[in-house]
Amino acid sequence: MPVILFSFSKFRLNKNNMATSSRLDAKVPQGPLETKWSKYRSSVPLVNPANKRNLEIIVIGTGLAGASAAATLAELGYAVKAFCFQDSPRRAHSIAAQGGINAAKNYQNDGDSIYRLFYDTIKGGDYRSREGNVHRLAEVSGSIIDQCVAAGVPFAREYGGLLSNRSFGGTQVQRTFYAAGQTGQQLLLGAYSGLQRQVGMGTVKMYNRHEMLDIVNIDGKCRGIIARNLITGELERHAAHAVLLCSGGYGNVFYLSTNAMGSNVTAAWKAHKRGAFFGNPCFTQIHPTCIPVSGEHQSKLTLMSESLRNDGRIWVPKAKNDTRPGNEIPEEERDYYLERRYPAFGNLVPRDIASRAAKERCDAGYGVGSSKLAVFLDFAAAVERYGRAEANKNNIHNASDSDIIAWGKAVVKEKYGNLFDMYKQITGEDPYQVPMRIYPAVHYTMGGLWVDYNLMTTVPGLYALGEANFSDHGANRLGASALMQGLADGYFVIPYTIGSYLSNEIRTGKISTEHEVFVKTEQEVRERIEKLLKIQGKTSPEIFHRRLGKIMWDKCGMARNEQGLKEAIIEIRQLREEFWSDVKVMGTATYFNPELDKANRVADFIELGELMCIDALTRNESCGGHFREEYQTEEGEAMRDDENFMFVSAWEHKGPEEWELHKEELIYENIKIAQRSYK
Amino acid sequence: MEGNMSLSLKVWRQSNKETAGGFENYKLDSVSPDMSFLEMFDVLNEQLIEEGKEPVAFDHDCREGICGSCSMYINGRPHGPLRGVTVCQLHMRSFNDGDTIVVEPWRAQAFPVIKDLVVDRDAFDRVISAGGFVSVNTGNAQDANSLPVPKEAADDAFSAAACIGCGACVAACKNASAMLFVSAKISQLALLPQGQAERSIRAEKMVAQMDAEGFGACTNTGACSAECPKEISMENIARMNREYIGAKFSSSAV
Repeated sequence: MPVILFSFSKFRLNKNNMATSSRLDAKVPQGPLETKWSKYRSSVPLVNPANKRNLEIIVIGTGLAGASAAATLAELGYAVKAFCFQDSPRRAHSIAAQGGINAAKNYQNDGDSIYRLFYDTIKGGDYRSREGNVHRLAEVSGSIIDQCVAAGVPFAREYGGLLSNRSFGGTQVQRTFYAAGQTGQQLLLGAYSGLQRQVGMGTVKMYNRHEMLDIVNIDGKCRGIIARNLITGELERHAAHAVLLCSGGYGNVFYLSTNAMGSNVTAAWKAHKRGAFFGNPCFTQIHPTCIPVSGEHQSKLTLMSESLRNDGRIWVPKAKNDTRPGNEIPEEERDYYLERRYPAFGNLVPRDIASRAAKERCDAGYGVGSSKLAVFLDFAAAVERYGRAEANKNNIHNASDSDIIAWGKAVVKEKYGNLFDMYKQITGEDPYQVPMRIYPAVHYTMGGLWVDYNLMTTVPGLYALGEANFSDHGANRLGASALMQGLADGYFVIPYTIGSYLSNEIRTGKISTEHEVFVKTEQEVRERIEKLLKIQGKTSPEIFHRRLGKIMWDKCGMARNEQGLKEAIIEIRQLREEFWSDVKVMGTATYFNPELDKANRVADFIELGELMCIDALTRNESCGGHFREEYQTEEGEAMRDDENFMFVSAWEHKGPEEWELHKEELIYENIKIAQRSYK
Repeated sequence: MEGNMSLSLKVWRQSNKETAGGFENYKLDSVSPDMSFLEMFDVLNEQLIEEGKEPVAFDHDCREGICGSCSMYINGRPHGPLRGVTVCQLHMRSFNDGDTIVVEPWRAQAFPVIKDLVVDRDAFDRVISAGGFVSVNTGNAQDANSLPVPKEAADDAFSAAACIGCGACVAACKNASAMLFVSAKISQLALLPQGQAERSIRAEKMVAQMDAEGFGACTNTGACSAECPKEISMENIARMNREYIGAKFSSSAV
């Protein structure tokens, strides 16, 4: 069994052994790729309706994965409890997804297929995801669109009444369905309405403003959770036959990210400390098109949808320190660096590549704006192109330039109006007049709890869905695939796969929350809260969070190296000690106290940060979003090491500052491994 | 600190829904015009913690104008002075150095105060549970393109569906009416073919729940739409009234 015990002082890596650890069984069905899922789905054990009523399922989080899973499992007859820390399930951060959702419908007749979506996703993920899971994702993608339309999601449509599609990064077909720049909102509200329907019928019991603070494992199975009512501060015990973590990603470990302020790792981290292995924690997605940081007060970053790269052209001035406004720099003095470096995909290269290319130009001194940490995203060419098309549509062949520009702006407004408005509101600049300034920002985490084909973690009865798991996106996620995965897991995967576990639970009976493990776990949670409140140090949780974010961004961000990561691990350990001796949490635990909630989350982020750096340090290659400066080609492209690193890193928590690495070897039977090229 | 604006803040503080609240005055210096309103509150809270005082509780999450969490009533207007903008996207450049800014929670019987500027909006969830959905179980759907929807209907449905459920409409209304929120959902589904089967019963049930929650009646003042950060149109209220009256004439339920 290949094992790496990570101890910082005596770190060793067993390089040539990638065989899968005996602790990890991915349970991918045998047989040809195309029939794995359909065969498995037809043979997975079922639970009869009378038994389903007696089986309880807890769902943590109500984003796309959680809301769709909770509603669907309740429709099937299970007794469901759903929890969210927000004041309503409709506020989960899936709501902020902008650009769209992929599906292999081939409505555009442009050569799309399930296989192509599967292939693009594996390649986009830089060959670090599991074939069986990704193919299943592609297979169910079409049903997601059908389901959403039936539920009343108002997708964008053509004049003929049929659904409209747009392009996204890393693909050469148009397979992205959208609702202006608010696709996530419309999909989440669709899933939320299905969830509220079940709440109204009493089949889902909804717990708003509740945060999961631990899981309860009895005799080796997950049997429930300890949750905290954020309004009253009371701790509650909830028992269940299965617990689904749909709690999203952990991008906020970087402090500044496009995640919501409340997005946190706590649920996943508690599960990790209770036995769930953490998969590929260092795989972070840095999104290329975000509004640049404007000052020290910055609390979060705002994404400008990748869909803008359909029509926007990215460039920097050819001269260093060119301070002219973008619209005054003539065409021949501009460097459209993505089109120059990657002619086949141009501005639509995948996110990791676009982000690194922006960083490269800025580091080389060609950045724009006051901070010099920005590049231009320019719509002038698209405005003119659309304007001419509109003129032709209206049969006007001698239109003036100003009319063409006015028509073009109207088209751009219809496609991206809300994004342009948002940009203007945040920066005070009008993107219809001057090019947008953008810079990469942390956006998504491909890593997450390790799960098998059934989406079960290494703790029996504990599942992870959506961004909370690691399974489908490898080392880099393609645009418009997060919404697809969240809904695939919730609507079409877990309702089937959970049967393979719950069919063996029908004789378990009701689980008592008086069990000693419930009592003990609740006590541990209570002690930690009391400890946080008792420290009464000098530094607020916010400041600790900001300091952690800076370490992570500087040393485990868009580019990483051995020395920086080693430093980061030491700095994070120091930060953790300082946190537990100097944090200042105001108020008490007996009423609504967001400061306490934040302190709890920051404490977990600090521990996660250490593991991310350890993971990045042990992966001696560059792949997808993980770019190790030591491993790059002469042209600065990422250099994968398939011979030694074609595996999933699944980390087992062994104690403070101690983890054990288990490897799941990735086997590609249907795809030819190639150096990823978008040139 | 980087900014040079100085502000006086009058902020509503209230321990919980049982106790009476009141305004507290705070002074804040070095505010940057590029800060969002909520970032200005972050600075205030850090200052309060420094002084050993409890920070102000306020709801916020995505900070990009879409989750609907933020809910401050600023100088007598929900989400502050700008049209079509949530508090989280309101920036301090919309204010002047030396301003006094008054910040209150949403005030409505159906939205009890939890703490300071945080209110309980569960009533909205219950209204949606009463009928704001299409009763289609997962797995039943036909091919998404089998039923064309005229672009205009889809666009109108989308405009109604853009509602973020923040409750500004209720806060803006002198009657604390939720008609704009409820009508947006009824309109979205009434405009789409998928919503037709339950069209009548939906209007009846959602309106009944809205009334049961203690929201007021509509007197067509229009403050809701004027203050809505997503600029949801009053047309939706007119459509809801038509839907409701039509449903009541043929009703066999509720």
